Amino acid sequence: MISSTSEIILSIEDLHASVEDQEILHGVNLIVKEGEIHAIMGRNGSGKSTLSKVIAGHPSYKVLSGSIQFKGKDILELEPEERARIGIFLGFQYPVEIPGVSNLEFLRVATNSRRKELLKSELDTFEFEDLVNERLKIVEMDPGFLERSVNEGFSGGEKKRNEILQMALLEPVISILDETDSGLDIDALRIVASGINRLSQPNSATILITHYQRLLNEITPDFVHIMADGKIIKTGNRELAIDLEKSGYDFLDKTTKEKEVTK
Amino acid sequence: MTQTNTVEEIVSQPYKYGFITEIETEKIPKGLNEDVIRLISAKKNEPEFLLKFRLRAYEQWLKMKEPNWSNLTYSKVDYQDLVYYAAPKQDIKKKSLDEVDPKLLDTFEKLGIPLSEQKRLSNVAVDAVFDSVSIATTYKEKLAEHGVIFCSISEAINEYPDLIEKYMGTVVPINDNFFAALNSAVFSDGSFVYIPKGVECPMELSSYFRINSGDTGQFERTLIIAEESSSVSYLEGCTAPMFDTNTLHAAVVELVALDNASIKYSTVQNWYAGNEEGVGGIYNFVTKRGECRGKKSKISWSQVETGSAITWKYPSCVLQGDNSIGEFYSIALTNNCQKADTGTKMIHIGKNTKSKIVSKGISAGQSKNSYRGLVSIGPNAEGSRNYSQCDSMLIGDKASANTYPYIQSKQPQSNIEHEASTCRISEDQLFYLQSRGIDFEESVSMLVSGFCSDVFNELPMEFASEADKLLALKLEGSVG
Repeated sequence: MISSTSEIILSIEDLHASVEDQEILHGVNLIVKEGEIHAIMGRNGSGKSTLSKVIAGHPSYKVLSGSIQFKGKDILELEPEERARIGIFLGFQYPVEIPGVSNLEFLRVATNSRRKELLKSELDTFEFEDLVNERLKIVEMDPGFLERSVNEGFSGGEKKRNEILQMALLEPVISILDETDSGLDIDALRIVASGINRLSQPNSATILITHYQRLLNEITPDFVHIMADGKIIKTGNRELAIDLEKSGYDFLDKTTKEKEVTK
Repeated sequence: MTQTNTVEEIVSQPYKYGFITEIETEKIPKGLNEDVIRLISAKKNEPEFLLKFRLRAYEQWLKMKEPNWSNLTYSKVDYQDLVYYAAPKQDIKKKSLDEVDPKLLDTFEKLGIPLSEQKRLSNVAVDAVFDSVSIATTYKEKLAEHGVIFCSISEAINEYPDLIEKYMGTVVPINDNFFAALNSAVFSDGSFVYIPKGVECPMELSSYFRINSGDTGQFERTLIIAEESSSVSYLEGCTAPMFDTNTLHAAVVELVALDNASIKYSTVQNWYAGNEEGVGGIYNFVTKRGECRGKKSKISWSQVETGSAITWKYPSCVLQGDNSIGEFYSIALTNNCQKADTGTKMIHIGKNTKSKIVSKGISAGQSKNSYRGLVSIGPNAEGSRNYSQCDSMLIGDKASANTYPYIQSKQPQSNIEHEASTCRISEDQLFYLQSRGIDFEESVSMLVSGFCSDVFNELPMEFASEADKLLALKLEGSVG
């Protein structure tokens, strides 16, 4: 699937970013091409979630320097909704509850905003119901979820499945899934992982942000990156995740120390 | 630009209904005295009892002081500088719509209330009130087939004086409060509804109030009577042109529900709110009260209040009949310099009476939005229950929200529950919606609609989406 001629979807160069005047990202570099699955691992506070929010355009995070390009175009000036419409999807670690707003209506408005960008016709309520019922199967969700308020009273696993349902409807070019596996039991993890696998396309890409390697047993990444202190400090393949699992994050300390020594 | 600033910009959108209809108007000179009241009464050809009613009210009003206990501050109204009667020049009595001045029909059509036979709303009868007079009422004949009377109050005074004499002023006495007394003295027009025993009103009834003159006070009076085992759903809408002076609107609405009767009264209030600096706009001082006189009767108020510079309004229920039910569902949106002090009173008198209050206040800009409510359980109201929920949403950091719940219970065998919350539009919720491709404005209005959904569910079907759109419109806007 991956070849050197594959188009670059996302290109991040020397990215520095802060939140509440505190610099969290200290120069991140990352290139993601079509068809690739990347995993970003690292300890709490290493900057993984910050990176995902900066890519999606969260207003609290400020880019200090560096660049993010999507298909060769600078996206830093784009509003979050514009980034979403061109095909950048962020699966939230903690999906937000929106009381009183029907999940069905929310999904329909979101889907139509993406379809508009793709020059597809907008779907009315009936057409959308057909589509959503078909996509529900991917995440094995009950149609009853559509009638409820967005994420309100959903269990952790239901919220994550609702995220993958959104991904299925929006058909993004790049999906950044922030700790989608956290808080899931084995069954939910399998459903979510198989959903992600089914949705990956040769012309799209996925970034999995995760703490544990167990998600990577279900979804095989092409690249594994380790983040620490706001930087990607090591890049490897699937083996790296397995090593990490075996020896824990301590082994990183060793390697960084070694680096410092050799410097 | 910070996120908050942008939200504020979005909630400030131009008022769509601010146009003035150029039409010849007959006005009486400014000022208020006994002669003015006699003149109004004579113009309307009223029977003696009503003139006396007005004069008694005027006498009371002279002795009363303008209330100042609310959380509202506004420039003093000069009651001698107002016109108390203004009417478009035409015969008030029109046999058919064809004879109504086309300019007036156009005005209402522009407001989204087409009146002509071909275009009128299906299944909604409309009474259209322009300044001081009702200009047309649709579907009168169809309603008459069911014995339902729906007409202007002026017409009812002449055609059904017995009903007027029997009921007017019995729910809101002439000396109830300063503004009610003023209204009782000078009221001009409004709607009258009578539902006979056992009749379920076959269609939605609606009144549309339009203020057109700048210096004219509008004092409308509405009376709805639901006889035993009858039911009706009624909706009122209000708009006004933009003037840089303040226009006074002091209405009185009285509802009477007899045994097993039910009245649902909904309001979508969108009077001109003044400009961003708070210049102009309507002073909306309204007394609305319903009496559940009969056993198992029910009165339900729902209101969407988005307009007016000042709103002072407490639609209330007097739960006299045993097992009667009172409800109040409210959305009040204030922006810029608007001030609203609104809520309800639930007066439990009969046994096993129940009331429910759901209030949603949204304040943006520098506006002030207060909920003020009274739940009173009398000594004989054993087994009575109340549930109140008051939620406030703040947009930006200059707006304020207050809740003043008053609870009085003289009956140990009763149950009162009160919940209140205040929230801000959360950045995380906004970002979540935006990150799904929904633009900022739509995200804000989605969050506000979600916040108000409990109340939307109570509005008549035909108007729920209308009200939702109105809120979205208020929140939408200037961008582009």
